[in-house]
This record gives sequence, structure tokens and C-alpha cells, in this order.
Amino acid sequence: MEHNRYQLNKELAQMLKGGVIMDVTTPEQAKIAEAAGACAVMALERIPADIRAAGGVSRMSDPKMIKGIQNAVSIPVMAKCRIGHFVEAQILQAIEIDYIDESEVLSPADDMQHINKRKFDVPFVCGAKDLGEALRRINEGASMIRTKGEPGTGDIVQAVRHMRKMNSEIQKIVSMDEDALFHEAKELQVPYELVLYVHEHGRMPVVNFAAGGVATPADAAWMMQLGAEGVFVGSGIFKSGNPEKRAAAIVKAVTNYTDPKMLAELSEDLGEAMVGINEDEISLLMAERGK
Amino acid sequence: MKVSVLALQGAFLEHEKKLAECGVEALEIRQWRDIEQSFDRLILPGGESTVMGKLLHELDLMTPLRALIEDGMPVMGTCAGLILLAERIADDSTVHLGTMGMTANRNAYGRQLGSFHTTAECRGIGTIPMTFIRAPHIASVSSAEPIAEIDGKIVAAKEGKQLALAFHPELDTDLRLHEYFLGL
Repeated sequence: MEHNRYQLNKELAQMLKGGVIMDVTTPEQAKIAEAAGACAVMALERIPADIRAAGGVSRMSDPKMIKGIQNAVSIPVMAKCRIGHFVEAQILQAIEIDYIDESEVLSPADDMQHINKRKFDVPFVCGAKDLGEALRRINEGASMIRTKGEPGTGDIVQAVRHMRKMNSEIQKIVSMDEDALFHEAKELQVPYELVLYVHEHGRMPVVNFAAGGVATPADAAWMMQLGAEGVFVGSGIFKSGNPEKRAAAIVKAVTNYTDPKMLAELSEDLGEAMVGINEDEISLLMAERGK
Repeated sequence: MKVSVLALQGAFLEHEKKLAECGVEALEIRQWRDIEQSFDRLILPGGESTVMGKLLHELDLMTPLRALIEDGMPVMGTCAGLILLAERIADDSTVHLGTMGMTANRNAYGRQLGSFHTTAECRGIGTIPMTFIRAPHIASVSSAEPIAEIDGKIVAAKEGKQLALAFHPELDTDLRLHEYFLGL
């Protein structure tokens, strides 16, 4: 992959900042998401809450279903492939997807390796629960990072844990003596150059979104206040009582995330939130997939 | 001089950094209270025009910002910002601010695989780097004046103190476009 292409892919993620990326399973849902102000949609056959409920092996979606969503909206369309499954990624590239999510929400297909994303022209976003994971994915060619959170639960606690952990690890590297960066690179199992970038810039070299468990405008605004540059909402919208209204409220909450008065108005009368599962009630931790 | 950057969604921080490099103070517009502060220029950044257009309406920003532009406030729109300024969008009945006499063609270069970087002449400024991300182009102009073309397609236009660019000067290191805009 030429450097220029990687740069353009990082820049598309920059254009998504301050926005909400919504999971959709049909062209109708995609249109609702676009009309509600989504900056991109994630096309998948089942939203994470249903994947969790159904169990079994979860794979890349039918390309025909993804194409239906591409034709329904004018905003970028993303789709998920299994961790390591580079042929699913090749297929998604062949249908000109705007972003591939190499995602722990699907069943991991390779328990050793992630995809060598440098070989692709289309961009990749990957989940991470700490800075080491994030930088390893970036080294493999990811041009955008998101917290893993715990998908399909409606429980924000893990996304918060992952975001706080990344932030504190970034702060630690910023305050380190330059000579200690070599050792830190060894500890994180990432190239020295990436650690040096974090040391010099106080951030990772790509955009970082929050994902996993966002269910309310308050959740979304909280993740923004914790340093997320945008938000993925998966099951939280189309598993709720009034998807249109909730989606639009979350979009506005991400724009005005520091204004509690507006957040109060936005949180009013949204109908039922997704029911949700607490982290100690689930047996499958998707965030533990693919480190 | 103070320049307000529309900060509803997208790459507004990148513009703020460019303004800082030019030694100019940047303000952010996220809601109607923010336009009560005084400022001299307006930047509409890249991002998703559907998102910004919707939020401009629902946050009651569309009418006051249009009035400011019509009263002569210099404005620069990049990518999605160009679409906000266009009086017409091809194959779409939506009009956002609609203050520039031109028709915008959204996603004119296709999906992300069609995004590209190049250098080209921009009349009045010189040869500059241009980064196109899922970019629009200007299909035709009525009252706006084209100032840059690539392969026969208009990628930048000017009308009075309004500047519309299909590409992203905020993503490249060249400051000339921002300096040009600050001099309008």
C-alpha cells in the first residue's frame, strides 16, 4: 500500500470526527440513520445484541445486503470482517466499502494474526482496549481506532475503562524520559517510531472513537468528554423504543457534549432505552478477542 | 481578527490549527449562542454535509449564518462546506445555506477508493497541494467564478468574499489558501 493511500485513509477518519457512526441492518434503517444525522453507517446482518443472543459463528455480512445499504445512502458505509480473515476483507474491498471494521463482534477467524492491513487500499478501523493493542493495529495498517467496549450490552463501563486506560498510557509516555521509550516499545510490542509519535504529540497517530455499550445521549457525551473523537452506536439505537429520536439526540449530544443544559433537553422523552446486560451477567467477553 | 469555525461535525480542529499558524484567533460555533460573539470571518469545514445541514437547521443556525454571509462576511467552505454554500445540489432537492451561484455534485469521485491527492493551479494563489476525500466537485456555475479545475472539472470557485473548495487545504502543510482567505 502506497503511503499516500494510507494518508488519505487516515484523513477520511478525520472527516468523521465529531460524528456518530450507527449500526444498521437494512436499507430502511440506513436511511433512518442518515436522516437522524449519522456521519457513516456500519452495515451488518445482525446488530451485536442479536449476535450475542443468537450465539454460534458470526461472519461477514452478505455483500448483496451491504450493496443495498450503499445504494440507499450518500454517507460512508462501513462493514465488518472477522479478525484475521483477509479474504472477507478482500471481498469488502471488491465492493468498494468505505471502511472495513476488523471486528471482535464477529467470531475471530485467526487466533494468531490480525489482517495485514497495509496490503489493502481501503481503510480499516480496529478495536482496542489499551494503547498497546491500538498501536499494534496501527502498525498493521489500521487508519482509525475505536475502543472495544463490550458490544451488544448497552453497558458503557468497558468502553470507559478502555478509554481511560488508553489516556493514562498516553500520558505516561508523554511524561517519559526519551531514553525510556525503547523499553516502552518493547513492553507494548510495537515499533519505537509509534511510541515516539505518542511521546511527541500526546496522542496516537490516528483518530480514536468510542464504541461498545453506548445507549444514551449522556453515554455518548461522556465518552466525548473522556477524549473520544466520535462515537459508534451499535445496538443502542435500533434496540430502543424510538430509534429516530434517540439517534438524533445522540448526534446532537456528540456536537454539544459539554453543555449539560442541552444534554438535559436531549435526554427527555426518548422512550425506552435498550434493556442492556451488566458485564457480570454475561459469559462471553467480546473485548477479549484479538489482542 | 477573529475567525469562527463551524464545529458541528468534521475536521474543524484542523482549520483551527491552520488559523493558529496564521496567528489568528479561532472561535467555534456549536450552537446559536456561539454566534452572539463577534467574529470577522467564517469557515465551514469538511465532514458530512448531511450531518451539518441537519444540525444547522435544528440548532437554529441556518438563518443567522446565511444572513451574515449575505451581509458580506467572508466565508470559506471546504468539501462539505462547499456543498453547504451551493445554491443547488445535483440530484437532490436539499439546499443548505445556498449563498453561492453554483451546483455541487456530491461524492463526485465515488467512494473512498476514489479519494486522491494532487497539485494544481488555483488562480490568484498559485500551484497548491489538493487533497480530495470522497469529494464533491462543482458541476456548473451561475454567478460564482471558477478558480481551479482538474481534468476539466471545477474544484474551486469564488463569489465576492465567498470561497468554495472541493479539497482540504486544512490537511496539507501549505498555508497560502488560508492566508488568501484571511486577506479577502
